[in-house]
Amino acid sequence: MSVDKNIFRLWRRNQPETFDFHSGAGQGKVHWNSEEEIERYVPTHCCYCGIQCGMYLKVSHGKVVGVEPREDFPLNHGMLCPKGATAYQTVNHPDRLMYPLMRRNGKDSPLERASWDEVLDVIAQRFQAIQAEYGKDAVSIFSGSSMTNEKCYIMGKLARVALGTRHCDYNGRLCMSSATGANERVLGLDRASNPISDMLHADCIFVIGANVGECFPIVTSYLWQARDRGCKLIVADPRQTPIARTADIFLPLRPGTDSALLNGMLHVIIKEGLIDEDFLRERTVGWEETKALVEQYPPERVARVCGLRPEAIIDAARMYGQAKAALTYTARGLEHQSKGVDNGVTAMNLALATGNFGRPGAGCGTLTGQGNGQGGREVGQKASQLPGCRDIENPNDRAYICSVWGIDEKDLPHAGYAATLMIPAMLRKEIRACFMVCTNAMVSLPDQHTVERALRGLDLFVVTDFFLSETAELADIVLPGTVWAEDEGTTTNLEGRVVKYNKAVEPPGEAKRDWEIACELAKRLGKEQYFRFTSAREIFDELRLCTKGAKSDYWGITYEKIAEQNGVFWPCPSEDHPGTPRLYEERFGFPDGKAHMHPIPYIPPAEEPDEEYPMVLTTGRVVYHYLSGNQTRRTPFLKEQAPFPWVEMHERAAARLGIEDGDWVTVRTRRGEMTVPALVVRSIRPDTMFIPYHYGHNQAANQLTNPVLEPMMKIPEYKVCAASAVRATERPDWAKELDVSELDAARKRRHELPMAQAKAQPMLH
Amino acid sequence: MVELVKRIFLDPSRCIGCRSCVAACRECDTHKGESMIYIDFVERHNTVASSPTLCMHCEDPLAPCAQVCPAQAILVSPDGVVQSADETRCIYCENCGYACPFGVPKFNVAGHYMQKCNLCYDRTSQGKGPMCATVCPTQAIFYGTYEEWLAAGRGKQGAKPVNTFYFGRQKLRSRNYVVMREEDEELDILALVDAVNRSTEIPQALPVQDAEQWVDAETAGIPQRVVPSQPWTPREPNKQPVPAGGVNRQESISVVSVNINV
Repeated sequence: MSVDKNIFRLWRRNQPETFDFHSGAGQGKVHWNSEEEIERYVPTHCCYCGIQCGMYLKVSHGKVVGVEPREDFPLNHGMLCPKGATAYQTVNHPDRLMYPLMRRNGKDSPLERASWDEVLDVIAQRFQAIQAEYGKDAVSIFSGSSMTNEKCYIMGKLARVALGTRHCDYNGRLCMSSATGANERVLGLDRASNPISDMLHADCIFVIGANVGECFPIVTSYLWQARDRGCKLIVADPRQTPIARTADIFLPLRPGTDSALLNGMLHVIIKEGLIDEDFLRERTVGWEETKALVEQYPPERVARVCGLRPEAIIDAARMYGQAKAALTYTARGLEHQSKGVDNGVTAMNLALATGNFGRPGAGCGTLTGQGNGQGGREVGQKASQLPGCRDIENPNDRAYICSVWGIDEKDLPHAGYAATLMIPAMLRKEIRACFMVCTNAMVSLPDQHTVERALRGLDLFVVTDFFLSETAELADIVLPGTVWAEDEGTTTNLEGRVVKYNKAVEPPGEAKRDWEIACELAKRLGKEQYFRFTSAREIFDELRLCTKGAKSDYWGITYEKIAEQNGVFWPCPSEDHPGTPRLYEERFGFPDGKAHMHPIPYIPPAEEPDEEYPMVLTTGRVVYHYLSGNQTRRTPFLKEQAPFPWVEMHERAAARLGIEDGDWVTVRTRRGEMTVPALVVRSIRPDTMFIPYHYGHNQAANQLTNPVLEPMMKIPEYKVCAASAVRATERPDWAKELDVSELDAARKRRHELPMAQAKAQPMLH
Repeated sequence: MVELVKRIFLDPSRCIGCRSCVAACRECDTHKGESMIYIDFVERHNTVASSPTLCMHCEDPLAPCAQVCPAQAILVSPDGVVQSADETRCIYCENCGYACPFGVPKFNVAGHYMQKCNLCYDRTSQGKGPMCATVCPTQAIFYGTYEEWLAAGRGKQGAKPVNTFYFGRQKLRSRNYVVMREEDEELDILALVDAVNRSTEIPQALPVQDAEQWVDAETAGIPQRVVPSQPWTPREPNKQPVPAGGVNRQESISVVSVNINV
């Protein structure tokens, strides 16, 4: 955990803990007693991260009033993180959008209430007008992955069938696409190779670029259970995260140098003779070239680049290589780079060289962050994808999907822009209208000022959301969507397990489900016959048909089977197939059944520190907030824990810059600047600063990040850019009312103990 | 003899400071919004280590908080679970706060009574686990009998649960255990603080002791691939950084606060 709550003690005063959310708006605070009688416990899953913990929602008189741990769900066994424990509070939240909003008189007019018919008619007419004047591709759909497979599928179909545009992409581009690229280049299937329960069979777990304790808290219990059985833990992260604290080997590498480290480890493993020759010969291609390249990455030189001691790299490599079964987990730390795909490939090279695939406790894969990040990247809302992980350019796939959808092959568009490329396209006026759903681009996309210019410049900007997010504030039309508790549908968790949400309550006010909105819009665009869905189940049946015979085969998965088996792992080609928890036991996902290894030379980060910007800035997450914070910043308990961002820096760097713990610091990069309080600690690399990104407007860390994109998958480089930090002369606007005396007292409390008072020697550079 | 009493086994080394226990505890119908468990960062300057503090349900002496209560507001159920103060009897004298060696009782200013963990008696009396232990994502808070704790494999790597505490010369045995390591015969906090005070050498902070200064790949001598400039970087590096308010704040697009609760 990376924040001492004392720094925010002010907020405890303003957010009295006895506030009970179920009072709703206008009923006053209810104190310690609660007299609801619970009518139903609805089994569902958490709306937040990719683990998709099982939980029960307590429903009373048509309202969701609480959460009950669901101990019968096999992955989390009743465990929940603080986001999951308070997730139900977003359902009856006073900020919920109840009706559509529209700017009636152009971009300068305020958002006013409008009726559904009015807004949908306007959207349909204006989309058609823009397409008539500028071409079909002038309209784009920017979708998201924190919604069910059914909704993600409908968004893809809406773009291709109803709008006929090729520009349809989703926010997983910012998250999962590096791992997808690595999976597709090396293994052939875009899914985790092992279920989480396989961690209990591993002898060594290597976590690189993944803050498991804060981003996937439940997985930590599997990690600890594995260690109880003697498993070793290696963690590579520029900061001391909760799992790094007790790791057997902690490698605090410089942000952006993961491929060098992994090549160095492979070099050591080859030298020590720990490679699995049989596995390499029988199940891989490309070993010789990889081995020849890695020869040039000895640990002594690699350590100088990564900022580590060579002994640490050698120890880590030995520990990994000597394990009988080793698991590697990567996440955004490794993937949010301009060479994210290459980093993923080097991690897989390491696993393949040691034969760590297709056995219990042996594998390499990514931890998908978003709730339905796995499903959302399979069902056809990606720029180059058709449902089932099919390629939109492949003639057979095109023919099959067109036959399912009932359209002509020439009416099916080809591949379009990735989400991160849509922003420059908007600036060039190539894309003039955007339909955005399930994403908060103003917080999530890098280089916020450019994104704002692009979105404000659109002719028509429609946002569907259930809160008025930072992005919805810029929209011309805002449509009220539903939360996860108000719809039924499936999601696919980070293991590839398809699970089901069950509906607990009806949507409030005039809010509609995203698939209902899409069907209504399609009707007005004249494509009603392709969108005759009256329930999520019908959408899922069509989705199953689309994925039949494809890589991510859902044909054998039904709602009943999911309930029976507590989730079904794809591929599940037929009704009597039980699903496939572990992949690659016999063959990999390519036609020849072999994994493809690639030699990956080290590529430095796009922006390395120089005289003007001497520090490395990395951004990341905290356990209390989810993604853009649109939901979690409105939950009082979570907001209380981390109400505003801060910059974490090392004591030596702070001493050099003349910054004390608790000072206001202006962090500046080539894209922008922001002023935040400093948290001066010893648990981060001395040359690195960290800012959490969950906040909006001028508290957003993405005002600073580098929009450089990875060539294959177009993921931005969030994790490393060059920054400078100076002590600020005055507080930023958003902090003008903050009580400084509290922050001062908190800082004094943090430094009471002798260890904290002893100053380390300042670095002389 | 197989023990049947279910206890909490608290292992602070497994805690990740997520405060899920705090979030779940305050869901209880009898004290909604107030959490009876605390998570503290032991020394954030040096480490991200965190430690939960929960009611230990002391067995011997039995419930010091209850013994010093002048109104007999704190009752102990027959199975040894120390209940929270009965709000109709509590006189807010805070005696229990002084008596508790762990600092557990919380004082509700508005309601003028004391609150503390009652081991989720509404759940544990029916055979379910307390909320904190059920939701803890790392199972640092484990609820069960000692046999169940062993069966979960927890005792294998030299972990040893301890429930005897000394406060000066006062010995206290509690229902709930804290997990220490097998080689720890005792943990003497005062002795540790003394040792640090007396020592002339402060050890280097552990977390990044492996972190060294770095050089670029060419200097280090490893091959690197130079990436050509890409056509899709949205804008050129800005020589003058944009001021904190952003470029577009002066525009007149208004986001009037919409009355969403109509």
